[in-house]
Amino acid sequence: MTDFFVIPAKAEIQSSKPPTAALDPRFLGCGDVSEQQTEPGFEDQALPATRVRGYWQSVFYRLRHDPVTLVFAAIVLLIVLAAEFAPLLAPFDPYKESIVGRLKPFGWRDHPLGTDELGRDMLSRLLFGGRVSLLMGVVPVLIASLIGGMLGVLAGFVGGRTNTAVMRAMDVFYAFPSVLLAVAIAGAMGGGMANGMLALTLVFIPPMCRVAETATTQVRALDFIEAARASGAKTMTIIRYHVLGNVLGPVFIYASSLVSVSILLASGLSFLGLGVRPPLPDWGLMLSTLRQSIYVVPLVCALPGLAIFITSICCNLVSDGLRAAMDVRM
Amino acid sequence: MNSPAYNGPVLDPRDRGGPHQPLLIARDLRKHFPVKGSGGRSVKAVDGVSFSVRKGETLGVVGESGCGKSTLARLLLHLVVPDAGELVFDGDRVDTPELPIRALRRQVQIVFQDSYSSLNPRMPVRDSVAFGPFVQGKKRQRARDIACEMLGKVGLDPDLFGPRYPHELSGGQKQRVNIARALATEPRMVILDEPVSALDKSVEAQVLNLLRALKRQFNLTYLFISHDLNVVRYLSDRILVMYLGRAVEIGAIDAVFERPLHPYTRALLASQPSMDPARRIEEAPISGDPPNPIDPPPGCRFHTRCRSAEAPCQRTDPALGVWEGPQSHVAACHMHDTASGHTLAHG
Amino acid sequence: MAEPPVKGGAALAEVSGLNVRFVTREATVHAVNGVSFRVQPGEVLCILGESGSGKTVTLRALMRLLPPRRTQITGNVRVDGQDVLAMPPRALRDLRGGLVAMIFQEPMTALDPVYTVGRQIGETVRRHTGCDRRKARARALELLELVRVPSAARRLDAYPHELSGGLRQRAMIAMALSCSPRLLLADEPTTALDATVQVQVLVLLRRLQRELGMGMIFVTHDLGVAAEIADRVAVMYAGRIVESGPVARILKAPAHPYTAGLLASTVHGQPRERDIDAIPGSPPDLRRLPPGCSFAPRCPRRTAECRRAMPEPRSPEPGHMAACFAVTGAGGVWS
Repeated sequence: MTDFFVIPAKAEIQSSKPPTAALDPRFLGCGDVSEQQTEPGFEDQALPATRVRGYWQSVFYRLRHDPVTLVFAAIVLLIVLAAEFAPLLAPFDPYKESIVGRLKPFGWRDHPLGTDELGRDMLSRLLFGGRVSLLMGVVPVLIASLIGGMLGVLAGFVGGRTNTAVMRAMDVFYAFPSVLLAVAIAGAMGGGMANGMLALTLVFIPPMCRVAETATTQVRALDFIEAARASGAKTMTIIRYHVLGNVLGPVFIYASSLVSVSILLASGLSFLGLGVRPPLPDWGLMLSTLRQSIYVVPLVCALPGLAIFITSICCNLVSDGLRAAMDVRM
Repeated sequence: MNSPAYNGPVLDPRDRGGPHQPLLIARDLRKHFPVKGSGGRSVKAVDGVSFSVRKGETLGVVGESGCGKSTLARLLLHLVVPDAGELVFDGDRVDTPELPIRALRRQVQIVFQDSYSSLNPRMPVRDSVAFGPFVQGKKRQRARDIACEMLGKVGLDPDLFGPRYPHELSGGQKQRVNIARALATEPRMVILDEPVSALDKSVEAQVLNLLRALKRQFNLTYLFISHDLNVVRYLSDRILVMYLGRAVEIGAIDAVFERPLHPYTRALLASQPSMDPARRIEEAPISGDPPNPIDPPPGCRFHTRCRSAEAPCQRTDPALGVWEGPQSHVAACHMHDTASGHTLAHG
Repeated sequence: MAEPPVKGGAALAEVSGLNVRFVTREATVHAVNGVSFRVQPGEVLCILGESGSGKTVTLRALMRLLPPRRTQITGNVRVDGQDVLAMPPRALRDLRGGLVAMIFQEPMTALDPVYTVGRQIGETVRRHTGCDRRKARARALELLELVRVPSAARRLDAYPHELSGGLRQRAMIAMALSCSPRLLLADEPTTALDATVQVQVLVLLRRLQRELGMGMIFVTHDLGVAAEIADRVAVMYAGRIVESGPVARILKAPAHPYTAGLLASTVHGQPRERDIDAIPGSPPDLRRLPPGCSFAPRCPRRTAECRRAMPEPRSPEPGHMAACFAVTGAGGVWS
């Protein structure tokens, strides 16, 4: 049995520099500090022996040691790369139709994943569709983070009536279920990819705003904000240097979890015909058009749904891993 | 390391009022925090406090929870806006065109109690210290240089500690950083709000020595807030005792400690452990807890816990007494006011 | 009429060779490294130390209140003859609150905010005696009066947030005393209190301890508090006891340089013109303890030997032990 009583024989005191009299002896009021300079391993104001690790560095450290998240992140990366390099990877033109080759199963005449109801190659359409779906997943979240984040930070920092006005306005949007709201807005604006993205952006602004506001309110109560005010800093300076860095974390985590939701919602909009218009490839739209053919080649028709599912879940799990890594108690 | 505790003021180049002008005068400061949903009641955190701080001295402020000393600290910098009362800094009234708040904050700085939450966890320590000079107009690199210099002055090697984050530092080291941050803007006065209360005793001693040395080196004036009477006695020249939002006694440090006038001060002094096991406190000098600042008792706020309370104490609130000069020692107690009607009253 | 603690009789609590390590993925914290002491019935032992000294962990190990998965405890802990570390869970639950009770530093978090004070005290009583609700309530009232809570009957139905800090602390003491424990563990119960309230609680604890004949282990960082309440003091540093002895001896003539340094650096009437004799440096990182004496890096009297080997406890006088090479005296064991 390991002997717990013994102090580790080679316990080191880590230091990045040879020991110096890190303390000015005048302020100690005792002792001969110069003597300590010659003895290695003893320091006055010794730092804790951890490495210099900033916040982001410890986040990366934790991520590196989290195999589950890394696996899913790799899958997401693969999907993104596949979509990005779709023109190179796709075996056929995604728009090329064929009357003969409709709804063919896997492997029919060099179509590895079969063909859709208009004879277009599924693999190519999936790859190109990935571009659209991913775009519609990420862009609304990005814009909503910017706008909602800014609103939230301002509302949280200024407080008082401004806060009430902004947050209650956001609450109005909260009253609607997100799917319904997205459908309503997209429908009212007439569909199409741009309108779909706009609808999703509007749907995501209130939750981003709320997250940012909560984080800002918490940060605002801390003493270092008071200290910054006591230094004479103006509000915008304080927000820029002190608030944003601390609020970015929660906002980023929440945004990453919204990406998977956004992909789902975007596919849903396209499924309902309110998003991307044909013949543009999009997973949701493909699902919709392949729906009737499910008894003919079930596997082929399930593919877009599978793509949506896998992408969304992997994004979700990556965002969970990010949250665990970023929730570093400092 | 011998030096006189308080020599006469050495004049700062920014001095405006001369050596006899108190650096800070507070008159009748008042701050009530409304309590939501209780129909107009409020926490009377600071309720008419007046005092002055002379140049080059350390004024200690003591009191227990609810006495308002932390609110007072924030009022002096207008971090919290007073409801009433005025502040005069070196002869200029604060929050007027002669001395806008921004200019006040160049000359007065504050160190908080909680060393951890006083520092931005996402900023290296050097940048936290450099923020003050940067905001007040210095260029980024110059602000960094000032920060490194200040870190050295508080006993932290700037190369070793500058790039570190607050969570890598111990409590004492963080507090040194806070002190460096307060001094980086070259203030004339520093308000220290319980700077050593959260530290271990051995580290507390180091930080106190540091504060003393810095005061001499930079010719500072201190307002030292603490609940620890021993520390206040060691560091201060004069002392202000607060109770429930009011100043109840003020005077030179030795006078107050050796001949306390106010019953609360006496009780506070008698509650200090003696450090001698042979002389233990047999009976608590005072019972109960400090009352709630939302509903302070009528008349003298201390009368509910005072052994000498009589009828006049329940009716009228005693005044602090006339301030005559630097050696004045006054207390807000009817026993020291012959006109009050208290049986024990004497001049 | 305090009975002097029985010397040589069966100890109420006996700890020998206690080691506690907290194991996480990133590091192992050696919180307690070979602590041994004894508490006699009716005696007050004060464990004195700063943050990181291991005093709170030691106290919690006495009731096994440490997180089970991360903690590795070895050594011997006996309370009233029973081996606490080897106890089955059921016996442990009987021990906690029954034979041994604990009061904490922050009464607001130690009391459940959604139950009234009377109900919480009653719950403890019922858990250990199995009596009915009415009897439990009567006992709760009795206890509140024992701890001198004014208007005790009214306070029985008060929620913790309705009470002031001092009253909450008294309520917590009442809860701890509800089953007449023979050993009371106090984890810095007065640190968070104002001076005038602290002295009330200390006087109360001293009186209760004398009247009920309890042994008490009181953890604090404040030398003044130790002077007020302790019979004996054990000074801890970096997870080890460095000195122990009667309180008067420790505070007047400490043998270990750390204790001496602690005394010198505590602000208590020093002349204003001189700096305080502070101990240089900071406490060691418990994840990487230096070899040899843990205090050596900060010690004004260190020698080369101090860094090589751990000093054994030596006894300059009977009953007074210090673990330091600079202390002369017979070798001995911690008592």
